[in-house]
Amino acid sequence: MRLKTLALAAAAAVAATPAMAQYSNDTIKIGVMNDQSGLYADLSGQGSVWAARRAVADFCKTTKCHDKIEIVFADHQNKPDIGSTTVRQWFDVDNVDVVVDVPTSSVALAVNNITKEKNKVFLVSGAAASDLTGKACTPNTVHWTYDTWALANGTGNAVVKTGGDTWFFLTADYAFGHALERDTAAVVEKSGGKVVGRVRHPFPGQDFSSFLLQAQSSKAKIIGLANAGSDTTNSIKQAAEFGIVQGGQKLAGLLVFITDVHALSLKVAQGLILTEAWYWDQTDANRAFSAEFEKANKGNKPTMVQAGVYSAVYHYLKAVHELKSDADGAAVVAKMKSMPTEDALFGKGQIRADGRKIHDMYLYEVKSPAESKGPWDYYKLRATIPAAEAFRPLDQGDCPLVKK
Amino acid sequence: MKNYDMPIFAALIALLIVAPLAIYPVFLMKVLCFGLFALAFNLLIGYVGLLSFGHAMFFGFSAYISAYTVKVWGWPTEIGILAGTAVAAILGLIAGAIAIRRQGIYFAMVTLALAQMVFFFCLQAPFTGGEDGIQAVPRRPLLGFIDITRDINFYYVVLAIFAAGFLIIYRTIHSPFGQVLKAIRENEPRAISLGYHVDRYKLLAFVLSATLAGLAGGTKAIVFQLASLTDVTWQMSGEVVLMTLVGGMGTVFGPMVGAAVIITMQNYLAGFGEWVLVIQGFIFVVTVLLFRRGVVGEIAALASRLGRGRESSARMAGSPAAGH
Repeated sequence: MRLKTLALAAAAAVAATPAMAQYSNDTIKIGVMNDQSGLYADLSGQGSVWAARRAVADFCKTTKCHDKIEIVFADHQNKPDIGSTTVRQWFDVDNVDVVVDVPTSSVALAVNNITKEKNKVFLVSGAAASDLTGKACTPNTVHWTYDTWALANGTGNAVVKTGGDTWFFLTADYAFGHALERDTAAVVEKSGGKVVGRVRHPFPGQDFSSFLLQAQSSKAKIIGLANAGSDTTNSIKQAAEFGIVQGGQKLAGLLVFITDVHALSLKVAQGLILTEAWYWDQTDANRAFSAEFEKANKGNKPTMVQAGVYSAVYHYLKAVHELKSDADGAAVVAKMKSMPTEDALFGKGQIRADGRKIHDMYLYEVKSPAESKGPWDYYKLRATIPAAEAFRPLDQGDCPLVKK
Repeated sequence: MKNYDMPIFAALIALLIVAPLAIYPVFLMKVLCFGLFALAFNLLIGYVGLLSFGHAMFFGFSAYISAYTVKVWGWPTEIGILAGTAVAAILGLIAGAIAIRRQGIYFAMVTLALAQMVFFFCLQAPFTGGEDGIQAVPRRPLLGFIDITRDINFYYVVLAIFAAGFLIIYRTIHSPFGQVLKAIRENEPRAISLGYHVDRYKLLAFVLSATLAGLAGGTKAIVFQLASLTDVTWQMSGEVVLMTLVGGMGTVFGPMVGAAVIITMQNYLAGFGEWVLVIQGFIFVVTVLLFRRGVVGEIAALASRLGRGRESSARMAGSPAAGH
């Protein structure tokens, strides 16, 4: 491995003339790192690897691209130390130029620091932490698909505007849950809604019945689920058993993906309100992409995270080919920020100075089994949150890159 | 009875000194940190016969303390690691004082319960940063002049810490104190009847084990520049049991080998995605079914069998199988 890289480097050094493009090791190497075996394997996993490959193929169809673009992938098992070792090794030994995806905020924050230290590029799609473009922002990171602020804002604001003006929060009792509840509650109150109560459940939780009964008796129109992963799916399941949605209250998931809805089934999840950045059945381009994705990925439809990987890799390749170099990570990201983004899945958009990619977000409601026309026909659109309002305003994130 | 431990140890250290030429140093540092953690755990299970199912609390909590003191309070690296180690020792004293009153499965459950309490504390306490952990811990020059931002320099520091930890454990198990521990493992009532204050010995061994686990955790926090919930979960307590069993419980080098095997699988098989856990499970089952004494335990048993065969014509050689 090392010998091969060395030989390649030597060959590149000999062959390189000033007129040639300066690709490090003559290869653009993309590393997709995510959860391939656990909780987030369905929403990122091999589907994200496929999306990255697809982005390379699509990019090379329309543009004369560099002939060596390589994709590697790894499973971080949601452990920051495994993610951190893998990424260091990718940068130091394997000459990876860009890391993509990385769900689980603790791992993403670790990768964020290493990427800056080694001056490479980090394109976040899977992680939710809004700190990545806030306090922890770096000139080497672009946060593509969504973040906790966008989800809290989208769900909080748009739900109040469409009539859900009284809220009760079911919150996972740790820092992440508290932050999600705090952010959403602030949005709800700002848009004229009212928070009538809140209850904190232990993390990870199994039995939500007493908390759900409190939520039910609060008579709030909306029950906000400020939790994630199995806590969310368990609380939705148990809420269905209590007939909460049938009783006229609605559940609002603050961190729910289409794969969660798929796992829960429409019967259980119907009526759930959630915010996403991308849905497969929204445009013809999305449907075409999803049809191919489905064939390659056990019949699953792509999630917004996987679509975001496609879109981010596509834009990265554009910037690198414009620069004719992938060596300086900060320069590549600066180039990415200066070019408007455009691709089949996310349409037109832009990347802000703090690394935040800006696009529309959508508020969806999960269909009832009667409304659904077939497998994966899960969402109906309730509201579109325009790009300008969908993300945290630039001056509120405390990102050191943003001059006040 | 010949003792090959020290020559083997010297060879191991020599090997580790040249290892970074071929293997990525950050990976090696990880192996050493977990190796030391497993050695500390083995001191309890292998030599006192106490199965602690909560060692992650010392490892992970010490990591938090080191990361916090170095990052937020700006303490020097070495003081930060020592602070983590000291806190792990105190935690070990408290947890040990409670847990050693029970034996067997009850001991394991008490340690597990205490570890879960530490986990929930870490989950809730504001200073740990919740699920994001403490990130971007700086690597300040060690003792003021060793530049540890270069991985290769820090590797040798970690190697020195590991070697020191190993020698402390080795010295302990071969001292009269260690002999008493083994006596307690073999037959506790007899040790009591001989007049030993068994609880005092057990507590001391527990604290020592916790302290060294804390040393490993504190070092790891500086190596990865982060401390996170992963290190205090019960899965981490389980992982160290797995490492010790795969390598060889109650052997001097076993836990080290076990840690290397498990960490290598986690890192180098990461490309296999979901298959890593399946492979890990498969290896564990194979180890339990075929190599009951673990990798090193089996090698030691084989060596002593061969040795006995050769010497038996001359005179009986009484080298116990997997003694040390």
